[in-house]
Amino acid sequence: MSADGVLLQTDALRKEFGGLVAVNDVDFTIPRGAIVSLIGPNGAGKTTFFNMITGVYKPTSGRVVFDGTDVTGKPPHYVTERGIGRTFQNIRLFKEMTALENVLVGMHARLKGGIVRSIARTPGLRREEREAKERARELLALCALTGRANRYAHSLPYGDQRRLEVARALATAPKLLLLDEPTAGMNPQETAEFTGFVQRLRTEQELTVLLIEHDMKVVMGVSDRVTVLDYGEKIAEGTPKDVQGNARVVEAYLGKAAAAAMAGT
Amino acid sequence: MSERFWAALARVGWTEVRWQGLPSWQRRAVKMGVVGLVAVVVLAPLYGFDAAAYLAFLTVAAIYVPDWGRFRFGRLVLPAAVLALCVAYPYYLGSMPKLPIFKAFPTMTTAFTMTIFVMMALGLNIVVGYAGLLDLGYVAFYAIGAYTVAWLASPQAERYNWSVNIGGVGVPPGLGGIHISIWLVLIGAACLAALAGVVIGLPTLRLRGDYLAIVTLGFGEIVGVVATNGDCLFPKLVGHCVNLTNGSQGINPIDPPGFGHWLHDHLGLPVDFLSASNSLNLFLWAGIALCLFVIYCSLRLRDSKLGRAWVAIREDETAAAAMGVPLMRTKTWAYAIGAFMGGIAGAFLKSEQGGAFNTDFAFSFSIFVLCMVILGGMGSIWGVILGGAFLAYLNIEGIANFGGWYNATFHQNKDFTAYSYGVYGLILVLVMLFRPAGLVPSARAKAEFELGVEDQPLMDARTT
Repeated sequence: MSADGVLLQTDALRKEFGGLVAVNDVDFTIPRGAIVSLIGPNGAGKTTFFNMITGVYKPTSGRVVFDGTDVTGKPPHYVTERGIGRTFQNIRLFKEMTALENVLVGMHARLKGGIVRSIARTPGLRREEREAKERARELLALCALTGRANRYAHSLPYGDQRRLEVARALATAPKLLLLDEPTAGMNPQETAEFTGFVQRLRTEQELTVLLIEHDMKVVMGVSDRVTVLDYGEKIAEGTPKDVQGNARVVEAYLGKAAAAAMAGT
Repeated sequence: MSERFWAALARVGWTEVRWQGLPSWQRRAVKMGVVGLVAVVVLAPLYGFDAAAYLAFLTVAAIYVPDWGRFRFGRLVLPAAVLALCVAYPYYLGSMPKLPIFKAFPTMTTAFTMTIFVMMALGLNIVVGYAGLLDLGYVAFYAIGAYTVAWLASPQAERYNWSVNIGGVGVPPGLGGIHISIWLVLIGAACLAALAGVVIGLPTLRLRGDYLAIVTLGFGEIVGVVATNGDCLFPKLVGHCVNLTNGSQGINPIDPPGFGHWLHDHLGLPVDFLSASNSLNLFLWAGIALCLFVIYCSLRLRDSKLGRAWVAIREDETAAAAMGVPLMRTKTWAYAIGAFMGGIAGAFLKSEQGGAFNTDFAFSFSIFVLCMVILGGMGSIWGVILGGAFLAYLNIEGIANFGGWYNATFHQNKDFTAYSYGVYGLILVLVMLFRPAGLVPSARAKAEFELGVEDQPLMDARTT
């Protein structure tokens, strides 16, 4: 499965909340090294889809295969350990921890120190902690947070909090980075910087990125492929250009009349 | 109130900003000076001049005022001084002056019990303060520690004709039962309590917040009932009574701690704490030593990977899980380690008291320890130590002493100890009003309360 360059694949992934079908049998693939965007109107099921991949929700049916391993319905920490890092739509930092500590929590699964060794503070453990802190500082620097290491997360400005979420997700040493509306609340300049940052991550860190995004400029500018969800169903998939011209997508966003008007012109 | 205070000071040229601008040691010196002045003005006319009191005051000032953090190993000065004062307590207790209102300083036995409660509070602090899991059944771990020592160092097992002696001391000749050295039993009790923490944790820790509190509250109640009815468990199932706790009779006598004759002869360690001439000193020092162990573990765990994971879970479970923190395992560890500390403390307390009785394991005990953690400051090791020591003192002596003073002064005849839980409640209310993060807030809580959470605009104002 992973040999043909597919990093993540979902087969007929489905989530029902009571009678509501939030995600309806979605087949979806992410090629290795790609930046893929997931778009759709509000309530289309994008975040639910995200949460199923990361193990926050258990799918009603269907399968999630990541890097050759079936991770369907596995707990979030297991999925993270396999190599999926994520950010949250509404920032969920650990507010009472410093920026550095936030990043260190991200490394949890990558650190070996056990309880007895932590209490005894063996030389090996101290080295591990020191290296972890160095790495955390590097990640903070990468996300333009140099000098913010010892600030409490809740005291950081909004843009810094957004980038800290990314730094924390990167600390989990992911192969696939899931960004849930990362540019929400950013101004155009910040958004442009962020877009460049995501592209740099792909090339420098060899990451694959799945992006949920509302800002079409970002989506069209950065993505290799775009998938469109509406009412839980996949209505279109392809390159940004393909999707832009797709009648069903226009209909989903602007209504039937607009789609008809577009078809008429 | 503080606004008026500063307004008054501003008239003589001291604004709050100017005050905050002073180096911290100067601020502390002024505070100490004010306290000293008030003490002299108020107390000296009432109690006369006491050289020892001045000496004590100057000692405290010398430790408190200088900016020790600037020196190498300076951060150790305050803990080391406090430790020295605690260890030397038996030697200067007799010459301490009478305090106003509370009269005498804590007796040696009270001081020992305070160390035990400090350990309990530190154990619960791991669960409640670090991991943010509201546990109202902490008494369970106390009980397990207590009954472990009650079984492994008392004649209790004699009724089943089990007789073993592994380093047990202070056992009258001819007395059967299991008698294992208290030091070994402490390890066993701690491990058993930790195991119980895991067993209780596995079903309950899937719950969050209030639901967890309710279920642990249930466990706390169960423990009390089991202790009372534990003299005849499973009569139908087994065919005869399994006597685990000896019910309301309690299990006694429990052996005292001690090192036995061999270690006494070779290293000069005391044979048996109870019959030693400086028995009370030995118990206090052993209590302090165990406290140091628990404090050390608390500090190390706080700064470890596990400690960070606990705080992360407390802050946001979903985010913590998404960052690779296994929720169940991490929370269960918090329970187990908290229980471990409670188990040690419970076992050692019972070894000193010499008996374990069902009435010791009431639900209110859990609340009492929780009060210590909240009073001191959740997640703050130094705060919890202070809270534990203070409430333990109030419970054993403080309230009674205060009542004695009150009755004598106002010619009343009230039993204040009957209102002790009312007093704790009042203290908690006052703390919540005036120091919501506790007496000595942890750095995290302090940052949260002082800076407040910045009101983050969803849209950045700079866009327009």
